[in-house]
Amino acid sequence: MIKLTVNGAERSFDGDPDMPLLWFLRDEVGLTGTKFGCGQALCGACTIHLGGTAVRGCVTPVSAAEGQEVVTIEGLSPDGNHPVQAAWRDLNVSQCGYCQCGQMMQAASLLKDTPKPNDDQIDEAMSGNLCRCGTYPRIRAAIHQAAGNAPAANKGERL
Amino acid sequence: MIHEAKLMADLSADVATATPEAPSAIANVSRRAMLGGMGALVLALSWRDSARAEDKKDEPKKFGADAMPHGWQDDPKVFVAIAPDGTVTITCHRSEMGQGVRTSVALVVADELEADWAKVKVAQAWGDEARFGNQDTDGSRSLRHFFPHLRHAGAAARAMLVQAAAKQWGVPASEVKAENSVLTHAKSKRTLGYGDVAAAAAELAVPARESVTLKDPKAFRYIGKGKIGLIDNRDITTGKAIYGLDIRLDGMLYALVARPPVFGGKVASYDDAETMKVPGVVKVFKIDAPEIPSEFQPIGGVAVIAKNTWAAMKGREALKITWDDGPNAHYDSVAFRGELEKAARAPGKVVRNQGDVDGAMAKAKQRIEAEYFVPHLVQAPMEPPAATVRIKDGFCEAWACTQAPQATHDRLAKKLNLPADKVRVNVTLLGGGFGRKSKPDYVVEAALCSQAVDGAPVKLTWTREDDLHHGYYHTISVERLEAGLDAKGMPVAWLHRSAAPTIGSIFAAGAKNELPFELGMGLTNTPFDVPNIRLENPAADAHVRIGWFRSVSNIPHAFAIQSFVAELAHAAGRDPKEYLLALIGPDRVIDPTSIGDVWNYGEDPARYPIETARLRGVIEAAAKGIGWGRKLPKGRGLGIAGHYSFVTHTAVAAEVEVGAKGEVSVKRIDIAVDCGPHVNPERIRSQMEGAVVMGMGLALSAEITFKDGRAQQNNFDGYEITRLDAAPKELHVHLIQTSDYSRPLGGVGEPGVPPVAPAIANAVFAATGRRIRQLPIRDQLSS
Repeated sequence: MIKLTVNGAERSFDGDPDMPLLWFLRDEVGLTGTKFGCGQALCGACTIHLGGTAVRGCVTPVSAAEGQEVVTIEGLSPDGNHPVQAAWRDLNVSQCGYCQCGQMMQAASLLKDTPKPNDDQIDEAMSGNLCRCGTYPRIRAAIHQAAGNAPAANKGERL
Repeated sequence: MIHEAKLMADLSADVATATPEAPSAIANVSRRAMLGGMGALVLALSWRDSARAEDKKDEPKKFGADAMPHGWQDDPKVFVAIAPDGTVTITCHRSEMGQGVRTSVALVVADELEADWAKVKVAQAWGDEARFGNQDTDGSRSLRHFFPHLRHAGAAARAMLVQAAAKQWGVPASEVKAENSVLTHAKSKRTLGYGDVAAAAAELAVPARESVTLKDPKAFRYIGKGKIGLIDNRDITTGKAIYGLDIRLDGMLYALVARPPVFGGKVASYDDAETMKVPGVVKVFKIDAPEIPSEFQPIGGVAVIAKNTWAAMKGREALKITWDDGPNAHYDSVAFRGELEKAARAPGKVVRNQGDVDGAMAKAKQRIEAEYFVPHLVQAPMEPPAATVRIKDGFCEAWACTQAPQATHDRLAKKLNLPADKVRVNVTLLGGGFGRKSKPDYVVEAALCSQAVDGAPVKLTWTREDDLHHGYYHTISVERLEAGLDAKGMPVAWLHRSAAPTIGSIFAAGAKNELPFELGMGLTNTPFDVPNIRLENPAADAHVRIGWFRSVSNIPHAFAIQSFVAELAHAAGRDPKEYLLALIGPDRVIDPTSIGDVWNYGEDPARYPIETARLRGVIEAAAKGIGWGRKLPKGRGLGIAGHYSFVTHTAVAAEVEVGAKGEVSVKRIDIAVDCGPHVNPERIRSQMEGAVVMGMGLALSAEITFKDGRAQQNNFDGYEITRLDAAPKELHVHLIQTSDYSRPLGGVGEPGVPPVAPAIANAVFAATGRRIRQLPIRDQLSS
């Protein structure tokens, strides 16, 4: 029996300990905000926080979370107003939106460690998260905004 | 199952009751009533009316939405529902895949309705074109085809509210004003909210079409303003948005399918003994391979159904399958390029012939020739194909991320041998589409899985490997161009041979030539001012399923033509931008049928002619944006390309840097677009930004190759699409504005892609003197 907490709630699981957290969260807990994109830690759609650090849920077995705290997009903030969530909405970052939960979880992790990231730091932290719609320029801008950085030279025209 | 209750409520509900408070409203046609024929009757009348009007003109050829299956709908009762609390629910009949259509459709209706945006909600239509009009979300058509009809629906609903208020007050309707969800009678200083009269308005007859007055565009509140945030923003940013892969139903099982690794192959034999030992696996069964051509059908294989996705994955891994690879077992896409080159070097089917190319070529001062190659690509939306199907009491209900809900509905009915009214396709959000999700194959697979477990709900997931290995791939092409130049370096003769397997091959065995819609994507309709032009289409075989990839045949055509123009400019010793403009020639309006394009994106050539001034306009805007002609440090260069697609004009100017090891870095992109009047300029910008990033991927790194009939790329390590660090720090979108809403709308979703790759290739040439004739660029410049 594996015990862990998910978004503050205690959970236990007696299935295959090798099951990736991605599928545990989606199929067993019912939290579908954590997305499947590649299954190989190549796209970041499944990014969650394990013990406060961003990890790829698709390659992290549920057994690795024993006794730890898992946070998903549903638990990133109590009201959905974490600075990255607010900035994502303000700049209309999303197109299809599918990868954006993983993008925001990765961005929140970046800002926790590096509250005022520059473009190079953003590039380094975020390049493991793919977006096929191509929202990268707005992702950069939204992270700067969430960090309270001065607007970058090119944020695109604001609404 | 934490979200089960909420989800079940949302998903099972019909559109009218999808709002928290069931509206008593303008369009509260219940599902039961609809199935009983009421909704269909309303539509049948309005559709026949418009058809009859057409008949009077000796059945002229139909264009635009009129020519699409089930045409269009503008009945306010279909699109608008208003609850007693004033909540306005607008139904979106087009699939949302990132283009922002749920927001854009709603803002058009809400504007004409004079609805307060804060009170607007959007409901997603299920697949029912008889009710909603055409729902195939492809071809950059949603606003282009439905803008006038959505405006009408909103305006008609407003008229009904006004009439209901006038009746309640006993005053003439002309004295009642509707503004921002409030009805006002100024003389008596009385007001009512929309919710106050919604029930009464719903009882009124829908006003005759010609009696409805649309707003003066000067009074638009939302259309063209770009002030509205995405309707799904909060759901997306909190993880609550429901995509095809996110459906959860009571007792749901999970399925994966092992498919033939070679297109046209089938299962010879299989052994599921190890699979059945995997805890959680409940069923394994074979899906028969279809006859070839297999168009939109599933391609067969072995399905594994389990109690969770992980068990289905482990179970599939444990299968032992012997495949019969079939006729494409030896397909090698690298060798096939040689076949295409051979084809392009010999005469092919002539698809446009103007003047005397051979004669002019013989007399030319200089002859230039070049060949361009674009490999197979795959759409790879971040959400792979996925669907959930349940078959209960003879009724099949599907939930799917589909661009084609009606086609999916029809395929399910046919495959399950059910009457049309015993199938319902609910449309979720799409985690990207790009053409892949126009095919219903994966929904049919899910239905077969459900059928195999006595109708229990089954969610079918495609893995990324499945997506890359079993796609409807972008074609593979060799474009050969030859030009004869005069003393000034301008072409007097132009010969272009386009060799590429056709999408037609998925429908007709042995189809070897591009169809009119493929030729009309930037080959026949290129409006260059050259006296002698011959375009040919040599035959080419298909060895994989060829499909639609965002902007389709425009990709190879634009890459070849816009690169070749820059090559000619270089040969002539002229500036590439000035040369491109000279080749486009003096401003003129061209009937596309006069230059061999009988398709014209399905639009009326009189309403949508080719206007070369607009192509010139976007090229000049992109050039101005990037500072064309400015001095650059060593290793940097500017390139430009312009292209007409989906009845929209787009140009891209690129600044690249090529490093010492030949690595290409895109420093800045300026993209200019003239797509006619704007509905939601904010989303036009985002579509252009995204198109640039996607275009960069196919220019720099993405390709699918085949060996022994098998796709060689398995996941995002092999199929390299653009990552954030490669996206340009400077990306500027220039929208050509117009306030004239009587002009027709152009497409937006796709036209941004085609000019990106040639602009980058041309910039690489400017930076290095090395000409890119093959995509992706990858490490071509490293030696």
